[in-house]
Amino acid sequence: MRKTLFIVASGLSGLALAEGVDGAATAWMLVSTALVLLMTPALAFFYGGLVRSKNALNTMMMSFATLGFVGVGWALLGYSLAFAEGGPWLGGLGHALLKGVGLEAKGEIPHLLFMAFQGTFAIITAALLTGGMVERMRFPALLLFLSLWGLLVYAPLAHWVWGGGFLGSLGALDFAGGTVVHINAGIAALVGALVLGARKDYGRQAILPHNVPFTLLGAALLWFGWFGFNGGSALSSGALASLAFVNTLLAPAATLVAWVLLDLLRTGKVTAVGLATAIVVGLVAITPAAGFVSPLSALVLGAVSAFPSYFFLLWRPKTRLDDSLDVFGAHGIAGTTGALLTGLLAEKAWNGVADGFLFGNPVQLAIQALAVGVAVAYSALGTFLLLKLVGLLTPLRASPKEEGLGLDVTQHGEEAYVEGEGAILVLSEASPPALKPAGGKA
Amino acid sequence: MKLIVAIIRPEKLQDVLEALFRAEVRGLSISRVQGHGGETERVETYRGTTVKMALHEKIRLEIGVSDPFVRPTVEAILKAARTGEVGDGKIFVLPVEKVYRIRTGEEDQAAVTPVQ
Repeated sequence: MRKTLFIVASGLSGLALAEGVDGAATAWMLVSTALVLLMTPALAFFYGGLVRSKNALNTMMMSFATLGFVGVGWALLGYSLAFAEGGPWLGGLGHALLKGVGLEAKGEIPHLLFMAFQGTFAIITAALLTGGMVERMRFPALLLFLSLWGLLVYAPLAHWVWGGGFLGSLGALDFAGGTVVHINAGIAALVGALVLGARKDYGRQAILPHNVPFTLLGAALLWFGWFGFNGGSALSSGALASLAFVNTLLAPAATLVAWVLLDLLRTGKVTAVGLATAIVVGLVAITPAAGFVSPLSALVLGAVSAFPSYFFLLWRPKTRLDDSLDVFGAHGIAGTTGALLTGLLAEKAWNGVADGFLFGNPVQLAIQALAVGVAVAYSALGTFLLLKLVGLLTPLRASPKEEGLGLDVTQHGEEAYVEGEGAILVLSEASPPALKPAGGKA
Repeated sequence: MKLIVAIIRPEKLQDVLEALFRAEVRGLSISRVQGHGGETERVETYRGTTVKMALHEKIRLEIGVSDPFVRPTVEAILKAARTGEVGDGKIFVLPVEKVYRIRTGEEDQAAVTPVQ
């Protein structure tokens, strides 16, 4: 009877799981995909809180826009460039326009779901890098840049590590994107900050976060989403996902403790922006290692990774380098720390894949260092060329006047915190004046 | 008639309002202002950026009073707003040329008399 019902039910839906697809794995991956997607609006809150109120919407929109512009590009072309059959350098066009991406098994889950899960990674990576360019970049230029960046910088790097490319073949370990996501975004933000130049007030005026509770909210939602980011990177439910999940709990906890103690010993005060940053740094650092190291190693990795980022973040504002939201300090440096510590702490006993330096395989550390170097070089070069290209087509940078007024009003015609008083209702059918670029140089 | 302008600490506003009420001073307006009167700077840190917050939040009270009320008003504020630390604020007593009550058109002394 039960069997009949099942057949009737699946007959009604017209769909059944393909051969080799596991129901539990699929369920977890559906949830993980949604969790990773949530990280991008979470990042909008994290970043949005750190800027001045006149740029709050613009900064949040930079993240939100990637949900569409990078997401659509991924489905149309990016997924194919990263994961279709191809050579060591690039995937092919075999899956362009989602051709051949159906409900058949890809590992234990439907191929279509794998594509979607990977798409959420491309989206958050592009959103992360915007932190180096906030409060000064013209929004239309940003949309064009991010759309191209998702296809030409993110997708090839994803192919090299995860899609059958040369770094994966060499044995580079990157469980959930230390190299592909975080080093890549950190370097791109650094290059973006250098190409655009510092904000006009940078170094002359104290530029302070306008809503630190937003930043804490963003950190909380990022951590929540990160369970899908790392746990889902097992591409299955079960043992490996559990290991990655627990490591995602423990490493940032250890980073938080180390960071708070550093703050306390150095100044006697524990700052909220610092604590929120520590959570992100710990999450970034465990990302490449999540499924490769023991939970105890995750604690060590989390605590150790606090140090390089903490001291870099102290030093960076004293320079002319206006990586405004410290994407390089938080993601680039912690991603590198995590990738190298993966080469040190990986344990075959836990992952069944490879040992690290401390467990008798010194070569792994060298491979990790090579992968870091390749990611840094490619991300820097690709981002630089793309920014120059976009800059030829449309001004990258808002004019000093627009920057002074704030990008919320000048780019979006909206304000985050509207007073309303004194606003006069215009009752006219006329459309608003056409958009004309009034950009400065760079 | 005088206009009494007092700059006080925000955390002392409630005490001052109560003291003025007990002194039977009615009719005042307040505004939030920023300023400093030589108190030590407050230091804040956002990641690597350390800033000195030179301006402090203050409350400005404006009270128009008839001459017999000047003394009680000033004394009420002096007593209620004082902590003894730097930054307690100032009271200014200014001459007033004319006062009108908008509702009735009453002038001067009648305009600053409490409403019956």
